[in-house]
Amino acid sequence: MMKKKYCISSYCHIRDNTISLNGKTIYTGQHSDLKSLTKSAYRHFDIDYPKFFKMDNLSRLGFLAAEILLTNEGVLPENEEDIAIVLSNRASSLDTDRKHWESIRDSHNYYPSPAIFVYTLPNICIGEISIRHKLYSENSFFIFDEFNPNHLFSYANGLLDTEKTRKVLCGWVDVDGPVYKAFLYLVGKEGPVLHSIEEITRLF
Amino acid sequence: MGKGIAITGMGIISAIGNNVEENYRSLVEGKKGISRIVKIDTVHKDALMVGEIDFTNQELEAYLGLDTNNNYSRSALLGAYAARQAVSDAKITDVNSSKTGLVSATTVGGMDKTEQYYYKYFEDKKVQKYIEGHHAGDSTQKIAEQLGIHNSLVTTISTACSSAANAILFGARLLKSGKLDRVIVGGTDGLSKFTLNGFKTLMIQSDTYNTPFDENRKGLNLGEAAAFLVLESDKSVQRENKEVLAYVKGWGNANDAFHQTASSEHGDGATLAMQKALKVGGLKGEEIDYINAHGTATPNNDLSEGRAFLRVFGNGVPDFSSTKGYTGHTLAAAGGVEAVFSVLALRHNVIFPNLNFKNPMKEFHLRPRAELKKRKLNTVLSNSLGFGGNCSTLIFSKEA
Amino acid sequence: MEALKEELKSKIIEQLNLEDVSVDEIADDDPLFGDGLGLDSIDALELIVMLDKDYGIKLADPKEGKKIFESVGTMADYIAQHKTK
Repeated sequence: MMKKKYCISSYCHIRDNTISLNGKTIYTGQHSDLKSLTKSAYRHFDIDYPKFFKMDNLSRLGFLAAEILLTNEGVLPENEEDIAIVLSNRASSLDTDRKHWESIRDSHNYYPSPAIFVYTLPNICIGEISIRHKLYSENSFFIFDEFNPNHLFSYANGLLDTEKTRKVLCGWVDVDGPVYKAFLYLVGKEGPVLHSIEEITRLF
Repeated sequence: MGKGIAITGMGIISAIGNNVEENYRSLVEGKKGISRIVKIDTVHKDALMVGEIDFTNQELEAYLGLDTNNNYSRSALLGAYAARQAVSDAKITDVNSSKTGLVSATTVGGMDKTEQYYYKYFEDKKVQKYIEGHHAGDSTQKIAEQLGIHNSLVTTISTACSSAANAILFGARLLKSGKLDRVIVGGTDGLSKFTLNGFKTLMIQSDTYNTPFDENRKGLNLGEAAAFLVLESDKSVQRENKEVLAYVKGWGNANDAFHQTASSEHGDGATLAMQKALKVGGLKGEEIDYINAHGTATPNNDLSEGRAFLRVFGNGVPDFSSTKGYTGHTLAAAGGVEAVFSVLALRHNVIFPNLNFKNPMKEFHLRPRAELKKRKLNTVLSNSLGFGGNCSTLIFSKEA
Repeated sequence: MEALKEELKSKIIEQLNLEDVSVDEIADDDPLFGDGLGLDSIDALELIVMLDKDYGIKLADPKEGKKIFESVGTMADYIAQHKTK
């Protein structure tokens, strides 16, 4: 059987105070932390989704990258498009785990926050993207020591080959203290970049 | 065209037993593993009930032959213990004799040790070894070492309470696509203060025995467990003339796209996951003989999942029960634990009772199977529904 | 009472990260959940923590919150009657 070829139609990076879409910088700022970067980017792109401000850093980062990428692709929630989500990172939900831990460690000042606890799982980030864009397709979150293009490549191909989905939103969303990076890309039948391990590695 | 994904070995450790046989005995005898917290030093001792495993860390270390310098977290210990059982059950003597992978699920990883030593890390060099054991992937690496898996696919999945179900789903696909001949799949989560306190903030933990699908359910009991299955391709089964315990017949995953932790009112994600699994398995709803429900006994889950049953099966909802009354909710391990229970149900032709059920819910007429029932079973469906809206369904069958 | 209501409004905005809402936009009898401020179940739990932390009121059953958190007005009434700190 001939292996089908797929393409990357758009990709988005958020790193070092800079947001870029398909390699072009579309927003840059001077922010001391991820929270203020994502907030001002939210304003800059005129996003109307107040729940954004309740999200933790990991979800904000993934949400923002997905928002920019899917808006560019013309994906509308009302169409409930068939897009699967496969994300990965290194630090899991560690950034928020620490915050939850801080709130339970002192028995004299013990007021753990449910709003923080709900984000102590990395795949909540996928949930937030799914809720926003009404994506009911398959989704999974993997943890690796470092970016693993082989895994993402074969997982996305598997989903597309077996027609489990029409498109796959893939990538890396990682937050660990002050260090953060998001790289999302959309794989489907058409697009300017060939979906291959080399290209994914190059774009990352 | 291959026959299917064969299950050739199982291993489990949970609050109701330290191996497959003990778990089975507890299931048929209706013996629950829920009690007050003994092993964790917490102020919530009297307010919560949990499913704790009898073995201490020291006993597990001794079993695994670890020296005192080891830095295994409880999740790693439990995982290695259960995975080794599964491999020996599958009569694998050399794990590297064919392409064998490991897909392990966890959510808490080494959180227990971090809680214990967090303040000592700066001054006490002896405990610093546990820092490396904190991250989720570490427990998987340790299980791989314990099994002696080299140079193969070893990975960790973390999608909340559906994690182990997704590990099984991913393993099945790896075999189907020919990437591996054998894969050990499952999950492990030890109890930790992190999760006890976290679920407490969500106010969905019961202070007494959990009562799935009951009108007066008060919430879940957290539990700890590890459970692994050995999956093999047809080729591998034929080559080694293996006994097959059951088959993974169908699988499906979908997102509920509703809320970070709550399930949608009508169980959209669960409905989609079950429908996808039926499609992959080439099965009709009426061909499902028993459902091992996710049934956590939270007001929200059981209502949403029950409505999803009605959407998928209409008037013909099969016999169903939740086994969380025995083990508590074992989070990332739950999908693995319940896969083992589903296979046991098939092998012994028995439906395990939904413990502690008294009053049907007022929203619908569904009643779980509250008594043990002997019945010929050919297919069992198992649901695992996770925070983040991650919903997974697996279907197990006697025939490929 | 008025002071308590004002205090609650700013606390709600801060605690629940209602970035685009200001104190004078919340009327005393505006519904907090559903169509009003659009709060959800996690917000309700967060308000339960706030009752405990700031006013020494412990709710054992989240269902109790439903009536109490109907609006800023009902919250203020409840707090005025039950607060222990």
